[in-house]
Amino acid sequence: MNMEFNVRGMDFTRAGEASAKIKKALQLVGMEVSTIRKAVIVAYEAELNIVIHARQGILTLFVHPDRVEIIAEDEGPGIPDIALAMQEGYSTAPPHVREMGFGAGMGLPNIKRCSDHLDIDSRVNSGTRLKATIFNNINGE
Amino acid sequence: MDTEVNAGFGCDLISDSLCFSRPDCLLLTGLTNIQIIRVADMIEARAIVFVRGKKPGQDIITLAREKNLPLLVTRRFLFESCGLLYQHGLRSS
Repeated sequence: MNMEFNVRGMDFTRAGEASAKIKKALQLVGMEVSTIRKAVIVAYEAELNIVIHARQGILTLFVHPDRVEIIAEDEGPGIPDIALAMQEGYSTAPPHVREMGFGAGMGLPNIKRCSDHLDIDSRVNSGTRLKATIFNNINGE
Repeated sequence: MDTEVNAGFGCDLISDSLCFSRPDCLLLTGLTNIQIIRVADMIEARAIVFVRGKKPGQDIITLAREKNLPLLVTRRFLFESCGLLYQHGLRSS
């Protein structure tokens, strides 16, 4: 099964809708609770990264019996230094976004923590592609 | 309102609310933008308490109503609100 969602930059009213639908879909197909929890965190953080930093992007969910894959691909400024962006507390979010409770520099670290595999490709002034894999562990965490 | 919560979680950061809270909790926050409702829905919080006298806008109230999510407001600060609830037996999420 796969699902695809268009995500628009700076659209904070609709932000999070894609992740909510991803959660419902994973519950419907009967994935493990711990898998759903991790996938939802990955999906939401990736969706909000597109909203906060990019012009637009696509969030795609692939569901396999043994794993969930989430791909976030955007057109945006790209990430000049991925290692720096992975550090907890590092953020380039503007002040008005921080006032909404974002921009604590935990987005990418949270995605990494909840993923079993994570690949990030980014080109400055072009965009970023993130692919996260979460295994569906039947024994929980 | 007849909703039971099994724990509390107090936070002013969206990411931390998403990552560290647990289902069926009471979420205490000073954030009043629409994303806190989306996160509360995803983490399966049972209700939200807006602290420091923050009042949510109509768009937030409407979305919360759609999600059957009760909203409460207090003038107390986050620390004091959590302390009072803890004193009355509510534990951390």
